Amino acid sequence: MKGVIDTSSRCMPTPVAANIERPAVAEIRRVGMKFGKTEVHRNISLSIHRGEGVTILGPSGTGKTLILKMIAGLLTPTRGEVLVFGSDITSATEAELLAVRARIGFLFQGAALFDSLTVFENIAYPLREIGETDEDKLIALVAEELQRVGLEGIENKLPSQLSGGQKKRVALARALIRRPEMVLFDEPTTGLDPTATRLIDDLILALQKEFGLTTIAVTHDIASARRISKRWILIDSGVVIADGPADEISDHCQNVKNFISGNWKDL
Amino acid sequence: MKEQTLRYIADLGSYIRMLWHVIKDLASVRLPWAPTRQQILNIGLNSLPIILLTALFTGMVLALQTAYGMQRFGAKMYVGNVTSLAMIRELGPVLTALMLCGRVGAGIAAEIASMVATEQVDAIRVLGANPIRKLVTPRVAGAIIVMPVLCIIANIIGIYGGGLMAVLELNLSAQSYYNSILQTVLIRDLVDGLIKTTIFGFLVVSIACWKGLHTRGGTVGVGNTTTSAVVTGSVVILISDFFITKFLLLL
Repeated sequence: MKGVIDTSSRCMPTPVAANIERPAVAEIRRVGMKFGKTEVHRNISLSIHRGEGVTILGPSGTGKTLILKMIAGLLTPTRGEVLVFGSDITSATEAELLAVRARIGFLFQGAALFDSLTVFENIAYPLREIGETDEDKLIALVAEELQRVGLEGIENKLPSQLSGGQKKRVALARALIRRPEMVLFDEPTTGLDPTATRLIDDLILALQKEFGLTTIAVTHDIASARRISKRWILIDSGVVIADGPADEISDHCQNVKNFISGNWKDL
Repeated sequence: MKEQTLRYIADLGSYIRMLWHVIKDLASVRLPWAPTRQQILNIGLNSLPIILLTALFTGMVLALQTAYGMQRFGAKMYVGNVTSLAMIRELGPVLTALMLCGRVGAGIAAEIASMVATEQVDAIRVLGANPIRKLVTPRVAGAIIVMPVLCIIANIIGIYGGGLMAVLELNLSAQSYYNSILQTVLIRDLVDGLIKTTIFGFLVVSIACWKGLHTRGGTVGVGNTTTSAVVTGSVVILISDFFITKFLLLL
């Protein structure tokens, strides 16, 4: 695929000093990713610090979701290192990965709710996995999470009985029930109407403000990206081509301006 | 060619790694009993009608064909011996496994492949569980437990079908048909058949699960995976049948 963005002129303004002072919760160092002969990532490096709200932008097929999956330990890069909470997870055992994942929440693009389980069972699933058997406690915790996402009283419904927006919110409740320190959002608002999109954005903002959660989102929804993140990372042709405060790079980086304006002709 | 060979070796390695996890789970006290019970019912009940039908007509045609060949030597009375031995040692286990492959193997592969396509398998991992333990072990355990039962039922129905033909078409008495079975079939024959069918069940379901977990390409991939699971499972049954039979005959 011919590069749609001029990768020779990278745009890396000075990061926000307050963010760098905090410990990095996810670091990707010189990562390359190949599937057969297709090289998706050539050399990706980025560092995300505690409490940051980051959005990863880029054209379709540039491996944005792969970055989230690498951070969650679902994929191992072909080369390079992925450090999450200080541990290199590229060589981690399954037990070590479990410990890292316990601190991460993941909202998948299609919600990924388990079809055969009710909303209650879906949300309680991660707690059952760590051995929680007290039903009263589970009922209370699930109700609390459902209230947080504004969906009280739907515990007994099946995923097939929910709208797209409701599924996303139930999946968010499931991702939050173990009180993660970092939440990964893969296209959190794709396919949702403006009201549902606003609801999801507000929930993400509330998580950042109330709990100081680190959030990393992948989205094509620029309006949503503006609301939920202060830092943007733009990737294309397997490398990071812009990284910095959202306001700054959207105003001053030509690549980012072209991306958000839909001006995709070769530069 | 070299690339394809390397891919096959890598796939085989991945399948064996999955089997190792399953065997460790089966050997441990941590076997998830609730989903295993559900799979026993699912695999057993779903497969029973088609297995009954197949076994009945196979037994009937086997008796007819045997009598057709045997009467040339004046040995029509041996229909019961041949039918029962063929059903118990060979056709019962193989047909049960092939029907399981078509009915249950396809369903398992499609179900797990759909879960992969909708990222539910990734969700299982992110939420702190092991997809092999959650999805594969209960299905393999269910197949291992239910296959011998299905095979015994298939044997009985197949032999009964042969008996129907012996009495209605071949003018043999029911008494002589069943006496010939009792004179011919040994416990060893039954045990050999059950060993085979258990191994077939293990292979069919584990292959279907592995195919499902390694689906690529979204919904198109789900269809391809289902086809591939049935084809691979059927071929593996027929090839492994030879080697298992050869091995059991040496014992």
